[in-house]
Amino acid sequence: MTIRFRLNTISTLVCLLSVSLWAQASPGDIAKQGLGDDVAPCSSCHGAHGQGNKAAGFPRLAGLGAPYLEAQLNDFASGARENAVMKPIANALSADQRRAMARYYSQLRSEPSQASTGQSENPPETGARLAEHGRWADDIPACVQCHGPAGVGVGEHFPALAGQPAAYLEGQLRAWRNGKRPGGPMGLMASIAAKLDESDIKPVAQYFAAQSPTSAKGGGS
Amino acid sequence: MSSRIPLLTVAVSFAMLAAVIFWVGTRDQSTPTQAPAKTANAAPADRDDTTESATKSEDVAVSGNAASEKSERLGDAAPPATASAAADFAPPARNEIPDDEFGAMVRKGRDIFTDTQTHAGRFVGNDLQCANCHLDEGRRPDSAPLWAAWAMYPAYRGKNKHVNDFAERIQGCFRYSMNGTPPPRGDEVLVALESYAYWLASGAPVAKDLAGRGYPELDAPEQPPSFSRGKQVFADHCALCHGSDGQGQRAADGSLAFPPLWGPRSYNWGAGMHRVNTAAGFIKANMPLGAATLSDQQAWDVAQFIDSQERPQDPRFTGSVSETAKQYHGEHSMYGKTVNGVVLGQDAPPSGTTANVNQK
Repeated sequence: MTIRFRLNTISTLVCLLSVSLWAQASPGDIAKQGLGDDVAPCSSCHGAHGQGNKAAGFPRLAGLGAPYLEAQLNDFASGARENAVMKPIANALSADQRRAMARYYSQLRSEPSQASTGQSENPPETGARLAEHGRWADDIPACVQCHGPAGVGVGEHFPALAGQPAAYLEGQLRAWRNGKRPGGPMGLMASIAAKLDESDIKPVAQYFAAQSPTSAKGGGS
Repeated sequence: MSSRIPLLTVAVSFAMLAAVIFWVGTRDQSTPTQAPAKTANAAPADRDDTTESATKSEDVAVSGNAASEKSERLGDAAPPATASAAADFAPPARNEIPDDEFGAMVRKGRDIFTDTQTHAGRFVGNDLQCANCHLDEGRRPDSAPLWAAWAMYPAYRGKNKHVNDFAERIQGCFRYSMNGTPPPRGDEVLVALESYAYWLASGAPVAKDLAGRGYPELDAPEQPPSFSRGKQVFADHCALCHGSDGQGQRAADGSLAFPPLWGPRSYNWGAGMHRVNTAAGFIKANMPLGAATLSDQQAWDVAQFIDSQERPQDPRFTGSVSETAKQYHGEHSMYGKTVNGVVLGQDAPPSGTTANVNQK
């Protein structure tokens, strides 16, 4: 009886342990090892800490808002946000797993990807102007009004732009203009992207790529 | 109960075996140990100092003709939707500030204007910046641009019943909209703000009511402004940025991003924006930022909702809400009126709280 009792206790403990391990580690496992044949490890493109890969144009995920990240995974899965690589991955994850992955990355610290200052030391003046002041004559607010000073991000719905790869940012602005990405909450980004000139896109992307995601610079610009 | 134990033991043993196999297979895993990065959303979700959460969603209508109370903006009201295009004056470009002593003061004024907490914090008692209500650094038509205001002073103001010069007008902003302490006359903060306004008005005619001045005056709404409809407009169009509790949001670096619209860190019961008609005009012309698409009725309704929330006391408070309301508040003010069973102004946090120096 004592043996059985002890075995029972140990089994229960191990069982609980394994369940909790499974529940907690799952997003981390998926991030590091992928899932089955369809889900490549997230870290292979987005970095071991979700910091992204600037050289290759893969965005940083670490520290972005969970609702934002979840919405992106859902949009990849549905095809509303067009992306040939992300679509099968997002589709292979259950809705719960997408939510768990979003939470996992939202809780990682933002770390600049390795090439954070190498890409464009001196972003073009036109990019800075649009980012910091907008162009109100065309009803374009300053990017930093919603994305925070230097694009460090605001809350759960306005993701950080600072230090994201320029190619990625440029691609998103074009995707909104071409209807290949949903406009986001209240359609805000689709409406703003539509008002941009073609010549705005590269400079403003370069401006934010050159900013530090951990910038502690306070206040307006 | 004891008869179930063997079965349980078998099941649990099997689970243990599976768990061990699972564990061996994944033992190189490392659970993320990074501390959760706190998001910037500092908006306290549990704030209960507003009246909105109260019991019934009773409509509070503005009585009388909503447009009858003239704001200080003179002359004809341009059609709000297209007003910005109709501005007949353009301020100098940002990069045209001269590189001399005067230009340095203009820059100082601009910095105060856009980051008031940092550059004039000792006079500020809330979490607002000048540029929150005067968009585009005080340049945007229909957002009370400085270039249109500058040459309209000195002017008689009904609010204090005497002729005010521009410096006194700015002092009023600090006292009411910024819920602070007015900088003393001659203080560099005032000089800098005057310099910035003066420079923005370079070439503007004196004493001419330029198109785009102040906020547009909306026609009286078809239906009386409604708190409950406004609440819905707020949830649909405003809460994304200002928070569902209206307390705004901070950026990831801790700086102010979206301003609080009510509560102890917002404008007080003496500010122009606390008047429903003023707020409605501002909202219609400017909100949501860059996508000002609300109907007149929606603007009135959401202004009614926002301005029916508790906020810092009117600095002219006489000791009695009803007396203060009678003396200083017109029909477009909700101060002293009962909303959802609460008399607004009765539980107002103190005004002029600059003693709590803003920590960034």
